[in-house]
Amino acid sequence: MTAIDLERAANASLAPRLASYLTEGTTVRSWLLTTDHKRIALLYFASITVFFFVGGAAAVGIRLELFTPRADFFSSDTYNRLFTMHGVVMVWFFLVPSIPATLGNFLLPLMIGAHEVAFPKLNLVSWYLYIGGGLFTVLCLFLGGVDTGWTFYTPFSTMFSNSYVLLAALGVFVVGFSSIATGVNFIATVHLMRAEGMTWMRLPLFVWAMYATSLVMALATPVLAMALLLIIAERGLGIPIFDPTVGGDPLLFQHLFWFYSHPAVYIMILPAMGVVSEIIACEARRRIFGYQAMVYAMLVIAVLGFLVWGHHMFVSGQSPLASMIFSFLSFVIAVPSAIKVFNWTGTLYRGQIRFSAPMLYALGFVGLFTLGGLTGLMLAAVPVDVHVSDTYFVVAHFHYIMVGGAVSAFFGGLHFWWPKITGRMYSEVFARFAAVALFFGFNFTFFPQFIVGYLGMPRRYHEYVPEFQVWNVMSSTGAVTLAIAYLMPLVYLGWSLLYGERASANPHDATGLEWSTASPPPAHNFLTPPRVDAEPYAYHDDAKAPGYENKAEHPQRAGA
Amino acid sequence: MMPEEASTIAAQVDWIFYALCGVSIAIMLLVGTILLGFSIRYRRGSPAPRPPVSQSVTGRFEHSWTFGVAALAVFLFLFAASAQAPQYAIPKNAMEIHVVAKQWMWKTQHPGGAREINALHVPVDTPIKLVMTSQDVIHSFAVPAFRIKQDVLPDRLTATWFEANKVGTYHLFCTEYCGTDHSRMIGEIVVLSKQDYPAWLARQPQGEDLTAQGARLFRELGCSSCHGAGSKVAAPSLDRLWGATRQLADGRSAVVDEDYVRAAILAPQEHAGPGRVAEMPSFAGKVSAEELSALTSYLKSLSQGRSSAR
Repeated sequence: MTAIDLERAANASLAPRLASYLTEGTTVRSWLLTTDHKRIALLYFASITVFFFVGGAAAVGIRLELFTPRADFFSSDTYNRLFTMHGVVMVWFFLVPSIPATLGNFLLPLMIGAHEVAFPKLNLVSWYLYIGGGLFTVLCLFLGGVDTGWTFYTPFSTMFSNSYVLLAALGVFVVGFSSIATGVNFIATVHLMRAEGMTWMRLPLFVWAMYATSLVMALATPVLAMALLLIIAERGLGIPIFDPTVGGDPLLFQHLFWFYSHPAVYIMILPAMGVVSEIIACEARRRIFGYQAMVYAMLVIAVLGFLVWGHHMFVSGQSPLASMIFSFLSFVIAVPSAIKVFNWTGTLYRGQIRFSAPMLYALGFVGLFTLGGLTGLMLAAVPVDVHVSDTYFVVAHFHYIMVGGAVSAFFGGLHFWWPKITGRMYSEVFARFAAVALFFGFNFTFFPQFIVGYLGMPRRYHEYVPEFQVWNVMSSTGAVTLAIAYLMPLVYLGWSLLYGERASANPHDATGLEWSTASPPPAHNFLTPPRVDAEPYAYHDDAKAPGYENKAEHPQRAGA
Repeated sequence: MMPEEASTIAAQVDWIFYALCGVSIAIMLLVGTILLGFSIRYRRGSPAPRPPVSQSVTGRFEHSWTFGVAALAVFLFLFAASAQAPQYAIPKNAMEIHVVAKQWMWKTQHPGGAREINALHVPVDTPIKLVMTSQDVIHSFAVPAFRIKQDVLPDRLTATWFEANKVGTYHLFCTEYCGTDHSRMIGEIVVLSKQDYPAWLARQPQGEDLTAQGARLFRELGCSSCHGAGSKVAAPSLDRLWGATRQLADGRSAVVDEDYVRAAILAPQEHAGPGRVAEMPSFAGKVSAEELSALTSYLKSLSQGRSSAR
């Protein structure tokens, strides 16, 4: 049997099953010491799922408490620890690693036709760093938690808080290195490991998204590490840095923090954009509308993302001129985002649209991301921002981007590539139901927060004035639907793992190289190194529109 | 669904907000209609014809919406920025209220010396300047009905202003997370008519006037022995200092205002004039935030022709 024959056999769903990365080793040791990017992706999947439900549990506590204006279930200190844990866990232990460390790790080498990432051992180190940071955070949680808010603002965090700030800061500090490691690894992988013929302008948009994200991870995260080290130095070692009574500047911390944390928003949303581009093109059977514009838009977002941090500080006492400049740049960054939204809708034009579960998640993403982005414009306008800064309006805005956007896309991608990752199909009916429930549950939960925010309800309030209650009741009720939408996949995807129908190599008839190998892929991804001679998304001939019967048997791969 | 508009800038802020909402709704409708329209028309297997789309059409669309969105973004920025100036320009004749924030309460003091806790009574249709500082962490003074918000920083003075145009009682919230009882660091802003305010003020126990307090501190802390008239030490005279631009030894120049005076009292060495070394000791840790407010108020009065001997 030649290599090509073997591959054909692997692709045929009825052929005898070949060894996959899942069966390559079955001991615990074979998992914990693996350097296979696909197995590391699964390690990440398992760990971020745990943290997602830890952060989610905190959110349940928050929404429960806010059902009435008075304190019902928790003391103020406990409530403050709940929202801090929710933020810390969801941002650093779920959202930042969510798509890059799971789908990115799994798919990036497959999509560029490589057998591995550039630094497989560093990849494993990155997971251990993540677990190390996670352990500090869990320890902090068990000892009693931290009450600074996920933003660690000084001088509260360094001089006034009576909670485990050092442990939490250390946890975030350590986990930051895991994202730096992932970022460096992906940059090197995209530069060095592309298959023959896989030129830059033939890269799938998911790969471009990973590349842009990795640049931001590698360049912004060190600033967070530095800011956290300064906190540790001041709080732990008594070295005055931010303490204003001895000449320190508490605002310096905010500049450093947002210099990371604004780009961090793009660390969360760029991967989501990549996922959605893949899903929409495949499910509409259509070439991506304006491929090059999509690439440049992502790169512009990654660069401009570094220049808008000051819009978090319009009421901090920052100079009016600085505020005006940051306001301008924040309006400008809306342009590439808008281009992407238009291009996704343009991709649907004259397509053959199939409303599978991943597609429903992707379309939901477009809607929620657009609303999140537009409310971002309102926040970029200084006079409006002064009024709604630190209110629930801001809370609603960033949840639309980071949860409505990033989490929808993560779920969409999880479903889309589930057959590739596990070799099993899931229940399409349940999955569609969950996708729709997520969209509605999300809106029921967070839209009322725009209103109560404009009415003036401050964020991080344990108790609130009675006139805000009606909106909070709506929000808490909506959260029940949202919780169901989050829990459902746990059940039917779990079922699929055990009893799901076996997946063929390319169940969606998609064009990417990852679909040209078996599901689940063999340990080294491809039996023969792929060669590429076409652009991505060749779902139809350039000169022809997609037809109903149009099949796309991994046309990006030459000679297969 | 909308908060009360009770200040001169509230309507303007809301107008920008409404305009941005209008633009947003229009864009949501546009995107939504296209998304839904294409989804229905081009659902798999529908009979809609699907002739090929030429590259030049794609390119033209791409360019036109890039340009369109960019133009819209710049326009919206200019529109919003045009209203930004009044928010920062504090009227010169504003009545000055000193605010001290601490975990977890607001202390306010009127020019006549009357003090309040978690409350502030102000006359309607009068510009009010808030000069604020914090004794511990960062807080934020927010009055949604006035659409104002300003962070209050430890050991630094920040200012904002408002002019209430409607008699009533409004919420004051702390909006910068400040610890355990952050959500209880709230208060009331009571806007009184121009007749009721003096009557209310007269009923308050009259504390010492802020400026008089400052004058007393100026003597008690020993400032007057060097800075006072006829002093033999070469300390700079403080008359007519307010609002002047000072050259500093390290080459900087600074306008003498609340923040400058506060900084100079706490760190005199960094504020010496050219060619001089400050002999004045630092008062950091020796004066409280409230005493600094009083001293500042007194120094300001020196340049405004108000007598210090009252």
